[in-house]
Amino acid sequence: MSDSPGVRHVSLRSGVYADSVRLMQVSREIGDRPGVHAVVVAMATPLNLELAAGMGLAPDGDATPDQLLIALTATDDAELAAAVAAVDAALAARAERGEAQTIPARTIGAGLDGAADPALAIVSVPGQYAVAEAADAIAAGRSVLVFSDGVPVEHEVALKRAANDAGVLVMGPDCGTAIVSGLALGFANVVRRGPVGLVAASGTGAQQVSCLLDAAGVGVSHVLGVGGRDLSEAVGGLATLDALAALNADPATEHVLLVSKPPAPSVAARVAEVAQALDVPVRSAALSAEQPDLTAAVEALLADLGVAVPQWPSRPGTADAVPAGAVLKGFYSGGTLADEAMLIAAPVLGDVRSNTPLRPELDLGTDLGARGHVVIDFGDDALTVGRAHPMIDPTLRLEAIAGLAESGEPAVLLLDVVLGHGADPDPAASLVPALQAAGLPAVVALVGTEADPQGWSRQADALAEAGAAVFASNAAAVRHALALMGDQA
Amino acid sequence: MTEPLGGLLSAPPTIVAAGVEVFSAALRQQGAGVTDVDWRPPGFGSADDLTQLALDPRRAAANRVAVERVLAAGSVLVDVRPAREVLDLPDRMLLHSGPPLTWETASGPMRGALIGACLFEGWASSVEDAERVLAAGEIALDPCHHHRTVGPMAGVTSPSMWMWCLADPAGGGQAWCNLNEGLGKVLRMGAFSDEVLTRLRWMRDVLGPVLQQAVRSRPEPLDVKAILAQMLQMGDEGHNRNRAGSLMALRELSPSIVAVDAPARDVAEVLRFIGGNEHFYLNLGMPTAKLAMDAARDVAGSTMVTVMSRNGTEFGVQTAGTGDRWFTAPANTPVGLFLGDYGPDDANPDIGDSAIMETYGVGGFSMAAAPAIVRFVGGTVPDALATTERMYQLTLAENPAMQIPIMGFRGSPTGIDVLQVARTGWLPQINTGMAGRVAGTGQVGAGLVQPPQACFEQALAALAEESRAA
Repeated sequence: MSDSPGVRHVSLRSGVYADSVRLMQVSREIGDRPGVHAVVVAMATPLNLELAAGMGLAPDGDATPDQLLIALTATDDAELAAAVAAVDAALAARAERGEAQTIPARTIGAGLDGAADPALAIVSVPGQYAVAEAADAIAAGRSVLVFSDGVPVEHEVALKRAANDAGVLVMGPDCGTAIVSGLALGFANVVRRGPVGLVAASGTGAQQVSCLLDAAGVGVSHVLGVGGRDLSEAVGGLATLDALAALNADPATEHVLLVSKPPAPSVAARVAEVAQALDVPVRSAALSAEQPDLTAAVEALLADLGVAVPQWPSRPGTADAVPAGAVLKGFYSGGTLADEAMLIAAPVLGDVRSNTPLRPELDLGTDLGARGHVVIDFGDDALTVGRAHPMIDPTLRLEAIAGLAESGEPAVLLLDVVLGHGADPDPAASLVPALQAAGLPAVVALVGTEADPQGWSRQADALAEAGAAVFASNAAAVRHALALMGDQA
Repeated sequence: MTEPLGGLLSAPPTIVAAGVEVFSAALRQQGAGVTDVDWRPPGFGSADDLTQLALDPRRAAANRVAVERVLAAGSVLVDVRPAREVLDLPDRMLLHSGPPLTWETASGPMRGALIGACLFEGWASSVEDAERVLAAGEIALDPCHHHRTVGPMAGVTSPSMWMWCLADPAGGGQAWCNLNEGLGKVLRMGAFSDEVLTRLRWMRDVLGPVLQQAVRSRPEPLDVKAILAQMLQMGDEGHNRNRAGSLMALRELSPSIVAVDAPARDVAEVLRFIGGNEHFYLNLGMPTAKLAMDAARDVAGSTMVTVMSRNGTEFGVQTAGTGDRWFTAPANTPVGLFLGDYGPDDANPDIGDSAIMETYGVGGFSMAAAPAIVRFVGGTVPDALATTERMYQLTLAENPAMQIPIMGFRGSPTGIDVLQVARTGWLPQINTGMAGRVAGTGQVGAGLVQPPQACFEQALAALAEESRAA
């Protein structure tokens, strides 16, 4: 309570009504004026009259609850008059309607609430939080593509079991490529639609296969990614089996091709057994020492379809002779393409060391500049911590090319360049100057289609201009590099 | 044969994406409908605990069971009886709102209400005497919630007070609440002057017996849940605004009240008292919500909140998956508007069992039904809508019985999911009265408040621990 009462105004008005919340707002607004000590603007109910009396502001005479009591004290007459006028103005004021606001969903669950079917969730939040978002989708009866990596394998198994129960599919974790009903998700190429369904535990493998099919005039119905670990012992092919069942029931899918890095043998056997029982024919392009070549798998599928194998697109390079003792340096952005390169090269060159080796004893560790035959997967998780995938950010690979040139080690450079949605909009723009500066014989596996935003021929021509030999087939590129090294091989 | 993967292979899907937005642009270019979730790291909780609960195979079914019990619960008024009879209280026990507390930890308004109740019951001859017996522990204190009871503000319930007796015809549950005293200087706000005690005695001697006769004489029990449903369509949210509900309750009860065998002036006074109290319905709404939330108790694996309640010192939370265990933390102080020249310094921290209304999905959760309420914090009509929109993201279901017209008659957001509170980082919105912090003051204002996050942090950790052990 103020220690200087100043002047006071107490009045009652009839025929004015405002609800108590509005009047409390007005009281506060007026009370905030510097010249005002105490204020009650309220309907003259017994409770409010008692409050006013307690403040020494009781009105004279009888008040009734339908009257408005305006009672205040101020420092002087001018402040008092201004305050009373401010009460009138405040009572007359109309609240701003305010901007209508919508509350965006904060979780996949909230986002899927009311989403039009068919709906698909895509989760690319940090790995430790991805499970809750993916679980939302499953609970909502929707399939989910989990782009996030770093999801523990036991959580992957739990998600995939729940998805199986719910009749939906978990693509991933660490799934970067899918095409669903013609919609390209993540890193995927612009390919024609057609009768071949892909089940892919490998993103770049699926891109290679779908692009070669496209070049042969054959389209895909769907590319269902299942995550790189799906065919491991721990996961047991849970999503692969669900994806096979879905494609089996899909009228648009007439053939299925299974694309994978080398799977666990027991899981591969189990999947093969299930695939055998389906109506739709299933061919495996899972890589192994016995089946090292994705292009060969595509050619076998084309034979199944009665489609002639075309001349796979390529551009000749300028290199015809390489120095004696040259080694193979495969600098890849796609893990499966790197595996394929090693599987094809190893029988010819012997051991090839790698950060993602075929056998543990061939592990490079962190020494990316190691001498000898080397294939590096720059897309490996260990090399993408804190930076974008090499299909988006070429920095690390460009540095490695420059480092190799500087080292003076005689070498044939083998590269992949992956086009399509999500990838570098013009990879040749940075690669061409790097190749020119390095001056090394170079072979490029260019995975893409003419319809891709980057355009296969546009990129191929630019790379060929810089002297590189370019192949749509990674297997063909590897074999060309080996041929260049001919004598030592 | 049903289509595989929910039709995903039959037509291009609409996309709901959380995380990096790099792919969303490419999807839009292909003509896909894309909703980018406004994802952010969880507001609290370890990633391990969140994942443990997200993957608990019991959770979805358990939450469905819990929330369906909440939605199925009804509420009818079956009797009015003294607390002594209803609760079978031991001699010299007082019930209070919120989680357990002691005289030492009790806030001003709680102490004031306990003092007033001792005087009312004749357990003390003066305020000083009441303080002495309470400080000496001669009066046992126990939460209302431990007795299927709820009480607004201090919630102090003594043997001689009359109780609304409500029953859930669907689940067979029972719940009780004392009678609302009105506004201003009232016991539940911590006042204990002669005026307060005189009113309590009149309620004991006149109001209670008249209401008992009236309620017992009705041909059908009053459907209290149906009134709550209608209130939401009439500008009330059932916690801070009960005007329409109070009038409807009066309308329903008055034919029976005037037929009671009592002096006409008593009947007139009862009708005047009820008609003059805009919060008369609150003490019927709260046990209605309590019936529904108690129906969902003890559902193993459920992460749904069954109690939010405050004792003026601490805020307490219980969940369906953790039984009677309280998760408590110091209560926040509401923000809002003040009566007379009271100000923020006069307000006590959050108090009362009335947050059972929000737990049930009305009150602050149905703010959109009562935009007048957001003006307590200078808010606008869109703010009211936004509040309810946010609460939908914290809750498991929409209550089809409690429709909010301005939301297109969507049901109220019902069944707070601890996991969703953690993931969104949004805390439940509660509308509340404010008691003066000094014992004896009474009401100083009304406003909005949120629970302390720590209650939900503890609940999440306990649910995850239970999940691991299951």
